[in-house]
Amino acid sequence: MTDAKDERRPAGELEASVMAVLWAADAPRTPGQVQQSLGVDLARTTVTTILTRLHDKGVVDRRRQGRGYAYAPARDVPDAHGLTARRMHSELDRDGDRETVLARFVAQLSPDDERVLRDLLEADGR
Amino acid sequence: MTALLLLPLLLPCALPALARRALGRLSPAVALWTVTGCAVLLAGCSLAALAVFLLIGLLRLPPFAALGELVHPLHTASAVLVVPAAVASAGALAGSGWTLVRSALRQGRAYRSARAQAARRPPAGDLCVVDSPRPDAYALPGRPHRVVVTTAMLRSLDGPEREALLAHERAHNAGGHHIALAAAELVAHCHPALRGVRATIRLAAERAADEAAAASVGDRRLTARAIARAALAGQAARSVRPGFAPGAATGPVPQRVEALLAAPRPPRPRAGGAVALLLAACTVLSCVASATATAEVHHRVEVAQGEESP
Repeated sequence: MTDAKDERRPAGELEASVMAVLWAADAPRTPGQVQQSLGVDLARTTVTTILTRLHDKGVVDRRRQGRGYAYAPARDVPDAHGLTARRMHSELDRDGDRETVLARFVAQLSPDDERVLRDLLEADGR
Repeated sequence: MTALLLLPLLLPCALPALARRALGRLSPAVALWTVTGCAVLLAGCSLAALAVFLLIGLLRLPPFAALGELVHPLHTASAVLVVPAAVASAGALAGSGWTLVRSALRQGRAYRSARAQAARRPPAGDLCVVDSPRPDAYALPGRPHRVVVTTAMLRSLDGPEREALLAHERAHNAGGHHIALAAAELVAHCHPALRGVRATIRLAAERAADEAAAASVGDRRLTARAIARAALAGQAARSVRPGFAPGAATGPVPQRVEALLAAPRPPRPRAGGAVALLLAACTVLSCVASATATAEVHHRVEVAQGEESP
């Protein structure tokens, strides 16, 4: 079982994984739901502990749901933040140099690249 | 002597082809640092050669000769060669210096902007999430290292794919890849031929992080799928498509996905050794040539200063 291996990963990495699940979700998630969407195998109690720690740090909000809590990322005033993020993005976009120090996960694709990628994904059976 | 100074200016032309071969035959991490090291040394040697050309030209001008306390005329090749070489070198050095400083400032600005963006909300572990409709993710070096991912990127991947993404970005940070990427950007402004090496260094950094991520999540296909889906999601969200020439060579993303889907290559120590040896030979030759030529010019300046006999 990979269970033990993932439990022993650094706490920061586990917090990041849990946070990624909450942000990817469109509604608050209970520890059980988070556990199911995680890409790592963690015990539910571990997930609950991580969520409590994130709540103590003020990174997530929670509200009562049934006998436990449902968690969601803490948002600042949504509109103001969204605007700022967009402005910063366009600022960074103007700088073609951005990729140089900041190693981006994926680069832009040419139309050819796009076709090749779709073929590769299909050939891989998805 | 002048011919010797041409070597450091010509050798960088061999690097782009050698670098591509190195990436094909060495492990990505080894290729990344070997090629980066060679590029930095070759760039340094070519700048030194330009500086020596410029110095020789200047010392032929009476005011500079007086400043250099020359009591005899400096023995050089004819002015027909020396003066244009000095003028060309001055131009090249000024151009390089200008673009180098501008690029360094711009990168610093982009880095600070990204850092400020990441600091807007408390991180969860090493993860900073930016609420944005554009799928994007990058490693943000610094103290402490951060991984920045937009909400749109998180939503376009499933749980295991997100783990591959996080592992990939952490590998960049753990491997200090930003140093190689910054070096690649700077050397590209030192010599036109080194511009071609920049793309290879970037690809090597991505491949190194891909392999580390695949090892971390224990699944090469999963890592390949995460990269492909992230790239396609980014493409779908972009309203303006980049104007690439049709039939352009396959870009870096499909190459990375293909490399991960292929079985891990058995090591080819002989082919890898040969290309590493060639890279080393190029670099050593460039260093020796520029050092010898510089020492020779230094000797002649001392002769002209009356401190040494010819």
